[in-house]
Amino acid sequence: MGHLSYEESKKVVVKGLILLGVLTIVEVAIALFANGHITSFDVGDTWMRYVYMALMIGLSLYKAYFIVYEFMHMRYEAKGLAASVLMPTMLLVWAVVAFFNEGASYGERRNVIDRKDKVEVEDPTYKIKKIGMLENTRELKKEDFK
Amino acid sequence: MADTAVHGHHGEVEGGKWDGGQRPMDASYGKLMMWYFLVSDAFTFAGFLIAYGTIRFSMPAWPVPDFVFAKAPFLHGEWPLIFVTFMTFVLIISSVTMVRAVQEGARENKRGVVFWMALTIVGGATFLGCQAWEWNTMINGEGVTVTKDPFSSQLEGGTYVSGKELLDADFIAKKASDAPELQGMDQHGHGHDDHAEVPHKEIMYYLKPGTKDIEENRFFVKRTHDKTFEELKADSELSFEVKDPYLITYGHDTHLYEPAAFRGEDGEIRAEAFGPIAFGSLFFFITGFHGFHVLSGVVFLIVIMINVASGLYAKRKNGYEMVEKIGLYWHFVDLVWVFVFLCFYLL
Repeated sequence: MGHLSYEESKKVVVKGLILLGVLTIVEVAIALFANGHITSFDVGDTWMRYVYMALMIGLSLYKAYFIVYEFMHMRYEAKGLAASVLMPTMLLVWAVVAFFNEGASYGERRNVIDRKDKVEVEDPTYKIKKIGMLENTRELKKEDFK
Repeated sequence: MADTAVHGHHGEVEGGKWDGGQRPMDASYGKLMMWYFLVSDAFTFAGFLIAYGTIRFSMPAWPVPDFVFAKAPFLHGEWPLIFVTFMTFVLIISSVTMVRAVQEGARENKRGVVFWMALTIVGGATFLGCQAWEWNTMINGEGVTVTKDPFSSQLEGGTYVSGKELLDADFIAKKASDAPELQGMDQHGHGHDDHAEVPHKEIMYYLKPGTKDIEENRFFVKRTHDKTFEELKADSELSFEVKDPYLITYGHDTHLYEPAAFRGEDGEIRAEAFGPIAFGSLFFFITGFHGFHVLSGVVFLIVIMINVASGLYAKRKNGYEMVEKIGLYWHFVDLVWVFVFLCFYLL
């Protein structure tokens, strides 16, 4: 367990309060600045948006690390305890990658269906205009019955 | 944590490793199990947040947080993210007071533990109050529910256009001057007599008279009090004759919705689509689940504080380990908020 004296651990508390507070203010300040609430500058949909997102995620992960290691005293626990708690959460890295990819794929498929639904085509059988998935149909030819 | 906890823990039971004489990983059973409960809870929250990310990735557009969360109590106008930042601070401070309670417990200082736990409880209750205000603003102010999301995407290119441009472009079919019964309305869209007979329309628009906070010449839709967003959308196709089948509303007052029209990069004026429905359900479910954790945390804190005050834990002489365990839980709630804050408000 603990390797700090009472006085030392009180200092950690003050440090934690200042650190978490400042990080939160920095995060919100960056968010407001990047989205054009402070100056006319706005990251928009450029590459800077990715830098902004990476920054936000990085700062949040650091806050999480600090809370677990200092406030929850993971630093002073046995190595085995830390490993058995933290290592399973590494599985989430793959979950995030896999599911976000899957989500992007849903979106793409929905777009394809939306687009095809709006295409006007001639129905070769009934000679009428139809809208929808018939985009890929064609009139049957003699060769089809050979 | 200093000389904490472990008075007299080691070697209480005689015997070897396999006879129960040694505690695994040098932690008590209760603390170890609290850690593993938190691991499983972390996976639950991660599952919800990953679902949020997956759905968000599948959508062409998503509501922009600094427009959605822009209200603050006692303040007029737009204060993007300011109120949630305050809520975050409340949670951070209550986490800090919890650390102090655990430290005082480690040195068997009963009065100190009760004092700092009481402050922690105040922090938790304040957070819950803030969340109630936020939910109320979202539901009754902005009109977001689990099935409705009035926030348009704002992701398509182009610029917003004024009411005058909309008129010039025939985007809105009728002018306010054609509806003299609307001229006398006040700035919140209520007539002098709310119950007055309104001919042929339940949904109306009018040219807004000059007001301080919102610029002139923008169109607003008055919603009758019992109209839902779906009905508003259905009605607006008739009343407004907008070119797009959706009338897009975007406004911050309960009874005012503004057609968020924009001029695209090709010069055409279009209305924006309603935002994805999933936004509301994910927001209320995930922040609600977190709020439920805070609520049960406050209940446990109260129970344990009473036990501390009664001297129950002092008799155990184990450095107030129960306070340490509820401390772990409380910090975890703060930890989860870091990620909820990231996903919903920052990104």
